[in-house]
Order: sequence, then structure tokens, then C-alpha cells
Amino acid sequence: MKTVLVLGNILIILTAPALAETTPATTYNIIDTFWVLIAAFLVFFMQAGFALVEAGLVRAKNAANIMMKNLLDFCLASIGFFIFGYAIMFGTNDPLFGKKGWFLMDIQGPDGLPLFAFWMFQAAFCGTAATIVSGGMAERMKFTSYLIYSFIISAFIYPIIGHWTWGGGWLAGLDFHDFAGSTVVHAVGGFTALVGTYLLKPRFGKYNSDGSPNLITGHNMPLVTLGVFILWLGWFGFNPGSTLGFSDPEVVSRITINTNLAAAAGAIAAMATAWAKFGKPDLALTLNGALAGLVGITAPCAVVNPMNAIYIGILAGILCIYGVIWLDKLKIDDPVGAFPVHGLCGIFGTLAVGLFGQIAFGAPNDGLFYGGGFKQLGIQALGTFSSVGFTVISMWIVFKAIDALFGLRVTENEELIGLDIGEHGMESYSGFQIFITE
Amino acid sequence: MKLIIAIIQPHHLPAVKKALFDAQVYKITVSNVLGCGEEKGYAETYRGVMHEVELLKKVRLEIAVNEDFVEPTIAAIINGARTNNVGDGKIFVTDLTECIRIRTGERGTRAIG
Repeated sequence: MKTVLVLGNILIILTAPALAETTPATTYNIIDTFWVLIAAFLVFFMQAGFALVEAGLVRAKNAANIMMKNLLDFCLASIGFFIFGYAIMFGTNDPLFGKKGWFLMDIQGPDGLPLFAFWMFQAAFCGTAATIVSGGMAERMKFTSYLIYSFIISAFIYPIIGHWTWGGGWLAGLDFHDFAGSTVVHAVGGFTALVGTYLLKPRFGKYNSDGSPNLITGHNMPLVTLGVFILWLGWFGFNPGSTLGFSDPEVVSRITINTNLAAAAGAIAAMATAWAKFGKPDLALTLNGALAGLVGITAPCAVVNPMNAIYIGILAGILCIYGVIWLDKLKIDDPVGAFPVHGLCGIFGTLAVGLFGQIAFGAPNDGLFYGGGFKQLGIQALGTFSSVGFTVISMWIVFKAIDALFGLRVTENEELIGLDIGEHGMESYSGFQIFITE
Repeated sequence: MKLIIAIIQPHHLPAVKKALFDAQVYKITVSNVLGCGEEKGYAETYRGVMHEVELLKKVRLEIAVNEDFVEPTIAAIINGARTNNVGDGKIFVTDLTECIRIRTGERGTRAIG
């Protein structure tokens, strides 16, 4: 710990004159800046993870389409978060949304960090919230409508909710604790996916007239697995990077081990649940379980001990499997499990701060299991349910408007042929013998 | 004994399978094939280059049946695959001279059933 601090100080001293010439009043913390940028790169790479997970879980005839959506939502999130998003999220300390810093003009980053480094980190988060949705609405949503949705969520919806918690809004004033975004990023993405997939209605042939679900299997499980490994790695930027600095290596390390243990416990718990319920250890559900554990630990990662991180991972993994089952019972067709993983476990992770959190680790109040009573749990519930409520209402309006203006869903014939040929005029696996029959 | 060969649109396979199942025809071979009939191809673009795809993806079904199952099988395939559009496909029926079940050595109508 000492060595790092000394090294940081030396670097600051060495570079101070150079900085002084260009930005007279600002001194940057070199180590913190370096850490935030590395974390931003890792979070950016989660886009690759999401792309692979979703591509593998859809049928071969829709793989190029889902890749295009994953590519373009990050592009539109980058532009949208540059023009409007950052200003709304971090511009001023108003209770509902910020009002300054359009195009990043006339605004400064947080203490010790260059604005552009902080922006890159936050933009990668914004892109994560946006990209969660493509999986839930996969295999039937119009490409143009997806582009419009991507811009709206990343320029306006996500930044408003982010502002409430991280930008000095009304939830920040109430001691609501969502360290890296179980609610702000994952529940927002997960519930947007739920609204979208509900309005789109199930894929053609998913449910029989008697309500029983049919099997529509993904076409490449190794891709899904690689995607989950990439997401797991990216989460080491997502959670530990949310410290926005390296001044306390103990905190960064605690977050790292908690993140890893929750993912592992989530996968094991999901595997065991699926094994008990369906007779076989299902790979797709086990991978969902790892992601569920990661989403669950995202809010409480800094304020719980490693043993509790394991409990949180286990509960998230089990919750995610039951979420998948419930959705099928309700005939809501979520091809990749975006809602069970990000929506349900996002809420659960946020509430877990009020259950397992400890003042000793930096929580605002002790959680229910540490003698703090229901105080923090109540604040967490208020924060997550108000954020989710705003997401559901606003995205319902957005999707309804897009549907009325451009249409949300492709034609039945295009859905049967596949969106690769229908939307993009190309195949993902030209020349390969792949069954495109279902 | 007849061999029924049907060429259908790939995305009608689930409906055809269901119709065959309902008609108690459980034995079927399915293959991916390329071909063209009266249906026009579609335009595909790859890295900016456009070309007409003439051979379309189709699914070929092969079903060997005894005489009294010929008409129900044909009806089931039509039921699942007909949209009244060009490209719905064709059904061919040919005589089948012999059929042998490898496991038992049974021959003829017993081997089919």
C-alpha cells in the first residue's frame, strides 16, 4: 500500500510541470487516472462478451443481425452520451437531472481525474445498459427501431437514472448505495428488455396454443461460454474500477475477490438448481447463473465481506433460474434471459446492500443481518423500485412511440427467413451446412 | 409401398412435422437442400457487392409409407406447407420396390410399419 502511494506521488511530482503548462489549476492523480482508464477499457470489452453471448443463444439465421445490434448500440451510446448523456447525468446537482455540459463543454471531471477519462469510463457503463436489451428483444425486432431505441436510452433514460444515484440527484442525498450499478445499469437494462420483449410478443412458434413452450435452441454454445468469460473479465473493470481511484488498494482488492466469488457461487448455485429441476447440469443456465452472481454483487461489492459475497452469488444464481421458469410460465419470450439475469438480480443485488452491508466496509448503515434493522433495506428498496418504475414507464412510452412511427417487429415472413437475410441481405455462415429450418 | 418425397420451404418444417405427427406418421428423414422452382431468388449483398441468389434453401422430406398412409401423408404435408404462394414446394410419390429393417432383417410392409 505504501509503495503504491509513494510511486503515485513521484509520478505526480514528475509530471506536474508538464500539466501546469496546459491546465494551470488542475492536478491529476496519475495512478487513479490510469486505473480508471484501464477499467474503462475492460468495461468496453464487455460489449464483446454481450455480443458473443447473444449471438450464441440465437439461431444461426439471426446471428449477423444481433452482432450488428451489439456493434451499433455502443456506437450510438458513445455519441448520445457525448452530446446529451453526460450533461444530464453529471452536469449539475439538481435532484432530477443535470443541465450543463452538453457536448462536454464548460464542465470539469471529478477531483483528480481528467474529464475525458471519467467520461470514457461512464460511457462504457452507458453502453452496457443499452446492450443488455438487444438480447431480450432478439430475433424479431426491426433494426432501424433498435437504432432509435439505442440512442434514446443512452442519451436520456439511462443518464437520468444514473444522475439520481451517481450524479448528485435525489437518491444520492438519501444514502442510497449502488456501488457499481446493480440498479443503475443492470436493472435499467433488464427492465427495458422486459418491457421490449413484452411489447414485441413471443417469437413465432415459441409457444403452442395451449401455452406450452417450444424449444428454440441457440446455435453456438462455445460462443456463449467465451462471451461469459469475457464478461467475467470485464466485470473486474466494472466493479473494482468504480472506486474511480487506487488510493485504497484494500477496497479495490475486496471488490475484486467479492466479484469473483459471487460469479463462481452464482454459477454453482444455478447449475445445482437446474440439475435438481431438469435432471441435467444445463450449460446455458449455468452461464446465466455466473452472470446473475456478477449482477447481484455489483451494488454491494464494496460493503460486504467475501463470505457474504458467496451468499449473494448463490441467491442470485437460484433467483435467475426461477426467473427463467416464471417468464416461460407467463409466456414472455426472453431469448437470452436478459430479464432474469439483469432485471431480477439487479434488484436483488441492490437490496443485498440493505441485508449484508456493513458500516465497517463503508456502507451508509449496517444491513438487516448486522443489526442495522430495516433502515438501509428501506432506502435500497425505494431507490431500486423508483428507478425501475421510471424505466418501465418511460421505456413503455418510447417503445410504443417507435412502434407507432416505424414498427417494432419485422414481418412474419422475414422472421421465418431470418433477420440476417431480411434486414442485412447476408448470412452469417455462408457456405456452411447449417439447419435454418426452425 | 410408396416413397413420398417432398420439397418444402425450410420455415414450414415445424408445421409439417406437427401435421404429420397428428396424422400418425412418425418416421421421416429430413435434409437441407438447395434448389429452385418457379420462385424467384432474392438479392444478397456482401461487403457492398450485390448478387442474385438463384438456388434457394429448401428442405427435403423422405417418407416411406404403406398404401393406406399415402393420402393422409400427402394431406398432412399440404396442410403444413401451403401458403398459396409460389415456392410452397412439391410432393413426389414413387413406387418403392423393397424395404428392409436392418436390425431384424424384416422385409416389405412389415419393415415400414
